[in-house]
Amino acid sequence: MIMTCFVLLYTGMEKIDAAVAELREMDDLAALESPVHSLHPLAKLLTTFIYIFVTVSFDKYDLSGLIVMLVYPVLMFQASGIKMSTCFYKLRIVLPLVCAVGLFNPFFDKAPMLSIGALTVSGGVISMITLMMKGVFSLMASFIFVSTTSLDAICAALRKIHIPSVIVTLLLLTFRYVTVMMEEVSVMTTAYMLRAPGQKGINYKAWGSFLGQLLLRSMDRSEELYSSMLLRGFNGEFSYADVPKGRLADWLFTIAASVLFFVFRYVNVAELLGNIIMRG
Amino acid sequence: MHMADALLAPAVAATMYVASGAATGISINKIRKEDDSKKIPTMAVTAALVFAGQMINYTIPGTGSSGHMCGGMLLSALLGPEAGFLSMVVILAIQCLFFADGGLMALGANCWNMAFYGCFVGYYLIWKPIMRSKWFGGMEKKAAARLKIMIASILGCVLTLQLGAFSVVLETTLSGITELPFKAFLLLMQPIHLAIGLVEGLVTSAVLLFVFESRPELLGEVDCDNLGLTQKRSLKTTLVILAVVVALVGGGLSLFASSNPDGLEWALFGNAEAGYSENMGLDEDDFGIKSDAADKAEEIQEGIAILPDYGFKDSDSAAGTTVSGLVGSAAVAVFTLLLCMLGRFFKHRKAK
Repeated sequence: MIMTCFVLLYTGMEKIDAAVAELREMDDLAALESPVHSLHPLAKLLTTFIYIFVTVSFDKYDLSGLIVMLVYPVLMFQASGIKMSTCFYKLRIVLPLVCAVGLFNPFFDKAPMLSIGALTVSGGVISMITLMMKGVFSLMASFIFVSTTSLDAICAALRKIHIPSVIVTLLLLTFRYVTVMMEEVSVMTTAYMLRAPGQKGINYKAWGSFLGQLLLRSMDRSEELYSSMLLRGFNGEFSYADVPKGRLADWLFTIAASVLFFVFRYVNVAELLGNIIMRG
Repeated sequence: MHMADALLAPAVAATMYVASGAATGISINKIRKEDDSKKIPTMAVTAALVFAGQMINYTIPGTGSSGHMCGGMLLSALLGPEAGFLSMVVILAIQCLFFADGGLMALGANCWNMAFYGCFVGYYLIWKPIMRSKWFGGMEKKAAARLKIMIASILGCVLTLQLGAFSVVLETTLSGITELPFKAFLLLMQPIHLAIGLVEGLVTSAVLLFVFESRPELLGEVDCDNLGLTQKRSLKTTLVILAVVVALVGGGLSLFASSNPDGLEWALFGNAEAGYSENMGLDEDDFGIKSDAADKAEEIQEGIAILPDYGFKDSDSAAGTTVSGLVGSAAVAVFTLLLCMLGRFFKHRKAK
């Protein structure tokens, strides 16, 4: 009995606490120092966007062209000192979902695409692999951006490009309160699970009151929060102390990286390389 | 329902960004006009709460499984549609950035599918009209309001999730990425989201009813002044009513859900002269048949890709290029591997 109680308790808590811990870890990663970390957040954001844009735009059968795009995330991981295994570990829940997208392709697209000896590979298999690669590459690029940039820096950069303060302030405040709320929910869930052993989830009788209580309390909390913000001179917008200035190097990085992406997009580097190797 | 980057073609992703961006702009304007600086902390705390609330599992009575809520209807009932939408956008952005739930490029589409329908459609087409309606006029005011909240939140959640799921299918099909036929994908998505919507609706209505009992002034469109204080309806009665409503709504909507695709198909396929079927690359008669799937894929791709004629155009050259492509790919793989090893090598040197 006690064992089951523990197991349930563990599974109930695990999800929320693990999420809190992961958010903290991301903050820790973003606080490291490296050439990638010191790049201007806006330059990084733009480069990441262009990277994903180009990666996703590859033809669905263009396996050899797409593989070259792997160079960018790998280089960035190396330069930032963040282990690639960290990325894959953190994304372990999302990765299968991303990969599952193309699973049906082999069943619908059976036209033979290429044959190596007796082995014939259909178009569906190739498009499935490219789709998975696109998903994983995009995830890697986003991860490298988020793990080397703090949300404060992202928000400061967003304000720089005149994204309305309403949404930026909201983003910053919400992010700050997500951990508080998750801890609160975690405590409540734990308390509930301890009093209701052997039960999966929250009983329907408590559906409303469980989250409702928390909601009312947090509404009150937001009033207090607002008063304390006012007392400290809040005028509707945060001031960002360390808005980094864009250096020439930052923009050169973005331009160089983007040019490279488009070269990879239009010139099949892998094939060129293959031709050279075959000839030699 | 979070879409990954790989699911969307750049053109579709950009379109969705524009659409969601417009909705965000309108919402920001509205919030600015209200000029209530107190609203932002409230929005932030509520958004954080919904974020955390998504992690609670609710037991679904009668089944062994559990579900969680996603919050669009809840937020718009509490904060109003515009503030609710902005809160949802922020939640989705944080999920995308820190939990890789939904891609960075797909954020526009995700905001549209999950926040726009839940907040704007759910509020203006369902919550507001139902709350203002004269339904259950024969009953006492409070009981009538309670019933209306229940119906509005269940109907709202189910409908907005159906719309969201349909958008996911449409966006994916328009992107020409998965080979899964439109109809099959639709039949896969809609029923699943019908079930999810029902659970979400029940949870939302339970929470909103709780808020209504304790602090009705927090809810939008609820007329607090005319609420006579009467005896509380017991939880059991509420649940019985809920069950009846669910059965009715569920039954009605499943009919709607099964007849709906046909209407949409008509829209997509039946308008060949308007150019629809060409654009979509779909043909009703042999839709989903494997033999010419590759041709169709090419057709779709040509419409969307930056460099359409690229890749394996005809099989002759394909056979010639793929071998070198394979060799080259292997070379790139070796190169990246070397890069990794090199990085490690330098790190070790630095450590020494």
